[in-house]
Amino acid sequence: MGTLDALLQGFAVAFTPAHLMWSLVGVTLGTAIGVLPGIGPALTIALLLPVTYHLDPTAAFIIFGGIYYGAMYGSSTTSILLNVPGETGSIVTAIDGHVMAKKGRAAAALATAAIGSFVAGTLATIGLSFVSPIMVKIALLFGPAEYFSLMLLAFVTVSALLGSSILRGMTSLFIGLAIGLVGIDTQTGQARFTFGLLPLLDGIDVVVVAVGLFALGEAFHVAFREARRPEEISSVTGSLWMSKEDWSRSWKPWLRGTVLGFPLGALPAGGTEIPTFLSYLIEKRLSKRPQEFGQGAIEAVAGPEAANNAAVAGVLVPLLSFGLPTSATAAILLAAFQQYGIQPGPLLFTSNSTLVWALIASLYLGNLMLLVLNLPLVGLWAKLLLIPRPMLYGGIMVLSMLGVYSLKNSIFDLWLLIGIGGVGFLMRQFEYPVAPLVVGLILGPMAEEQFRRAYAIAQGDMSVFVTHPISLLLLILTAACVIGPAVLRRRKVAAA
Amino acid sequence: MNELSRRQVLKTGAALAAVTAFGIGTLLSRDAFAAIEQLTLVAPAKPGGGWDQTARSMQEVLQGAGIVSAVQVENVAGAGGTVGLAQFANRKGDASAVLVGGLVMLGAILTNKSPVSLKDVTPLARLTGEYEVIVVPAASDLKTMADLSAKLKADTGAVSWGGGSAGGTDHILAGLVAKAVGADVTKLNYVAFSGGGEALAAIVGGHVTCGVSGLGEFEAQIKAGELRALAISSPERLAGLDAPTLKEAGVDVELANWRGVFGAGELADADKKTLLDAVDAMVKSDGWKKTLETKGWMDTYLAGDAFSSFLGEEETRVTAVLKEIGLVS
Repeated sequence: MGTLDALLQGFAVAFTPAHLMWSLVGVTLGTAIGVLPGIGPALTIALLLPVTYHLDPTAAFIIFGGIYYGAMYGSSTTSILLNVPGETGSIVTAIDGHVMAKKGRAAAALATAAIGSFVAGTLATIGLSFVSPIMVKIALLFGPAEYFSLMLLAFVTVSALLGSSILRGMTSLFIGLAIGLVGIDTQTGQARFTFGLLPLLDGIDVVVVAVGLFALGEAFHVAFREARRPEEISSVTGSLWMSKEDWSRSWKPWLRGTVLGFPLGALPAGGTEIPTFLSYLIEKRLSKRPQEFGQGAIEAVAGPEAANNAAVAGVLVPLLSFGLPTSATAAILLAAFQQYGIQPGPLLFTSNSTLVWALIASLYLGNLMLLVLNLPLVGLWAKLLLIPRPMLYGGIMVLSMLGVYSLKNSIFDLWLLIGIGGVGFLMRQFEYPVAPLVVGLILGPMAEEQFRRAYAIAQGDMSVFVTHPISLLLLILTAACVIGPAVLRRRKVAAA
Repeated sequence: MNELSRRQVLKTGAALAAVTAFGIGTLLSRDAFAAIEQLTLVAPAKPGGGWDQTARSMQEVLQGAGIVSAVQVENVAGAGGTVGLAQFANRKGDASAVLVGGLVMLGAILTNKSPVSLKDVTPLARLTGEYEVIVVPAASDLKTMADLSAKLKADTGAVSWGGGSAGGTDHILAGLVAKAVGADVTKLNYVAFSGGGEALAAIVGGHVTCGVSGLGEFEAQIKAGELRALAISSPERLAGLDAPTLKEAGVDVELANWRGVFGAGELADADKKTLLDAVDAMVKSDGWKKTLETKGWMDTYLAGDAFSSFLGEEETRVTAVLKEIGLVS
């Protein structure tokens, strides 16, 4: 019962008015930066470090935790309403979420995202409180071979995003894979496909591509279409709130998303993106209406949104209990701990137990605050879509440019953004799905990196992928995902 | 109640007095010492990294000690600092900005075939350094550096090294060590990981033979007994770390991941002196000493010509090892 006692003490610390106020500051700030693509929690916390140095560590970490959780809430809002994913973890949300919004169901999409995030965030925080040490042991079992097999499994999810035409979907995926090759090769330090351009050495940022394809591409597309058909006016129709059916279609994806997101987030190379891809695939496979995916299925918002919030809590597991940063934000948090002379790691829970438990307790409270903050605003946010289109899309373009510029203060990135926006426009015009491109861009480089690491460590022995049990298991799962549906279909046909 | 309010009044009064004194103090010190009105510190990395932290610490100390009236930090991230370097090289003769850089930049210039090099800027001073530690997981059968050296010599490819980006400080150290023990450097099996965390997980999980990184990255796990430190790249043993230096362990290598500052190219002598004086005043201030202590940075201050000749030697050594590893042709 030591854990529970410690947690209650943490609540006692977090419940003081000052700390509650800092938590509110954190979640509000987090929501705001989540809305802006490019400005992520990592950057925000890095910039705040010198300021918060004058606060006591507990207050500072309560703010940081709030920012971290808040950013995920904020980015889903813009994904759904404006098709602008604020963080890479909400790219999948944009696919069906934005279609729902266009169909007048923005409020339902926002609500399922907010409640799903709350459910997942809370459950994952409970997981963080109680199973941290075990999770770390499992996470350490994952080496490059295991990661590569996990990436393969994630690649299978792309098939769920391909849309109606396999050829078009694959074309989009391979463009993404090609863009992913640009930049310095991590294993040898050599530049690839940079054409001698210095700004390309670090590769093309996923945020630039995602914002270009989703937001700018859409804006160009609408401008092109509106010029021809100026009479079309969108209106909010249908029920504003989640219907009974929405609830019954959402709660299972929330739970499944949590179960996926938390452990994957705890993996040192897991991140928030892969769980959202996997969640989308699973929801599509399990759904009774797979044909609705891509047309505004509520499951496709509920699952991935729960998954990314659970992953965020998962990231804190290795950070707090092992001193292991698994994302950019976690790395900054580690630097913040060190600034206070605190070393996260196996000894943190004993050496700084008050701070850690206050932080965990404040995460529970922050989640609750985010729900209270976001739910009543859902109706208000949804009205955003009633803004006349020229102004709305003008605003989206400003937001996109601002966000991308803030990434690296690079003018080159802005030209790149506009160019990619053009590609996104053409892809829409000729009905190519854009999501596989982004998935290819995220997964391609990761898979290549892990494959080459595994290959180098094994000194060129390819059998590592099947001799490592976890890797083998993941490969079998991948094969089952590919072959399974075909076999099932044949059986059904045979039975009929 | 009464007591409390009186105490509060006293406290507030004291605080007000302190603020006023501080304000006057700053004003006075500005009038008396501030040799430079405005200075931009270019950190060629994203916020949060080592160069950014160096720049932000400098900002605080330079302003706090009244050496420079207004300091701003500008982040120009990318490609091991070479993007920032290329941009900075355009400021020829401009004394209003300095660039933060270090060993990683030296390596990146070579591996990226950067059109701009440190010859296009004016070396001012080396400020801080961090030493590299070689570790193995606690369960490893390699007990000492000698065990690792022997294994490395017998079958270089069988020892996989986990560390940071290719061509960076960790990679350079692995190459130098392999060379010093007489192993075949071309067969060096270095596995590059992007963040420190990913490398750490691979090392503790036993997915690679050994790990190499700045001491700060592994310190907590060494103390907790998850990792065993085989050797440290410093000239002398470090307090609080139970590991020999590489030299003591029979490997003739010494390496520090140093960071320093550079002025623009073609700087006028008077401007260079002004900047050098400002850096010197900063390094000697109490604020800087306190910063070094809280950040765990070693003081490796070396200014002017001495720094330039150090850079020359370092460049020769790094170029040689990167060539042997095969990263630079």
